[in-house]
Amino acid sequence: MSHADAMGGPAGVMEKPAFSVPAKKMAMWLFIIADTATFAGCLVAYGFLRNATPDWPRPFHSITNVALMTFILVTSSLTMLFAIDAAKAGEKAKALQWTLITAGAGALFALLHIREWLGLIGEGMTLLKNPWGTGLFGAAFFSITGLHLLHVTGGVIALVAVGIRYQGGRYNADDLEITGLYWHFVDLVWMFVVPLVYLLNLSH
Amino acid sequence: MAMAEGHKSNAGRYVIVYICILAIAFLQFVIAYSNITAPQMFARMLFLAAVEAALALLFFMHLSDNHGLLWFVVVFTVFVLLAMQYGWTDSFRELLGAPWSSYSTS
Repeated sequence: MSHADAMGGPAGVMEKPAFSVPAKKMAMWLFIIADTATFAGCLVAYGFLRNATPDWPRPFHSITNVALMTFILVTSSLTMLFAIDAAKAGEKAKALQWTLITAGAGALFALLHIREWLGLIGEGMTLLKNPWGTGLFGAAFFSITGLHLLHVTGGVIALVAVGIRYQGGRYNADDLEITGLYWHFVDLVWMFVVPLVYLLNLSH
Repeated sequence: MAMAEGHKSNAGRYVIVYICILAIAFLQFVIAYSNITAPQMFARMLFLAAVEAALALLFFMHLSDNHGLLWFVVVFTVFVLLAMQYGWTDSFRELLGAPWSSYSTS
């Protein structure tokens, strides 16, 4: 059977999807590629500043919080995969349950992140100045982690919305998988943010 | 678990990849406390982050199942990342005029 026939249209009318990926999933991949460039631009710009500023601050005394945040985010990727697996198996209740667990983990990550921000602000760090060294640090730190936090918050909202609509029958397992792609991307970005922004700025 | 027709659960594979990613993240934290220079630390951490990202891309985002899309993503991303390296030499010049920077050529 040709692809056009499989899609229910007349032969020769339907164009074969790029890389055999459905259009909605391809759109998400294109978004992810574009967003990768955004984050890469931020991290490379941060690298420029970090590399060439002699009094770059090292304000982080402990890795406990960032380690916990990393564990939560990586684990949420696994729970997202369980949700997709359950959705593809036709187990709607289980899929929604895992999706909401993923969203809950994302919300917990965001809360820990905000708590960390408040701690740093309490120590006198703002976008423009901090007590430890160059004022560029605050701008770089809040910009990169803020952009990531914005993605996490958006992801949590999307997970809840898509999960509920999947349960209601408006969305299907593919839609859940596409949301999952976004969530894994958020996790993937964090894998680069942690070493570059946190671990390289530990005070020994 | 009752599976829909034709669907095979990959939960076991996901858990293995998850443990690998956590182990690599743990290695990054160990490196953060090791007694090496900042450039050495940067290189090792970046390498490990790239491995973590590759595992997530291949197995969590299922790029290992679609080689065409895999090459599209890899080629595009690598090109963008390489193009960004063009700015390194210029970054020092920009820093001279950056607010609050104490960078000095003297």
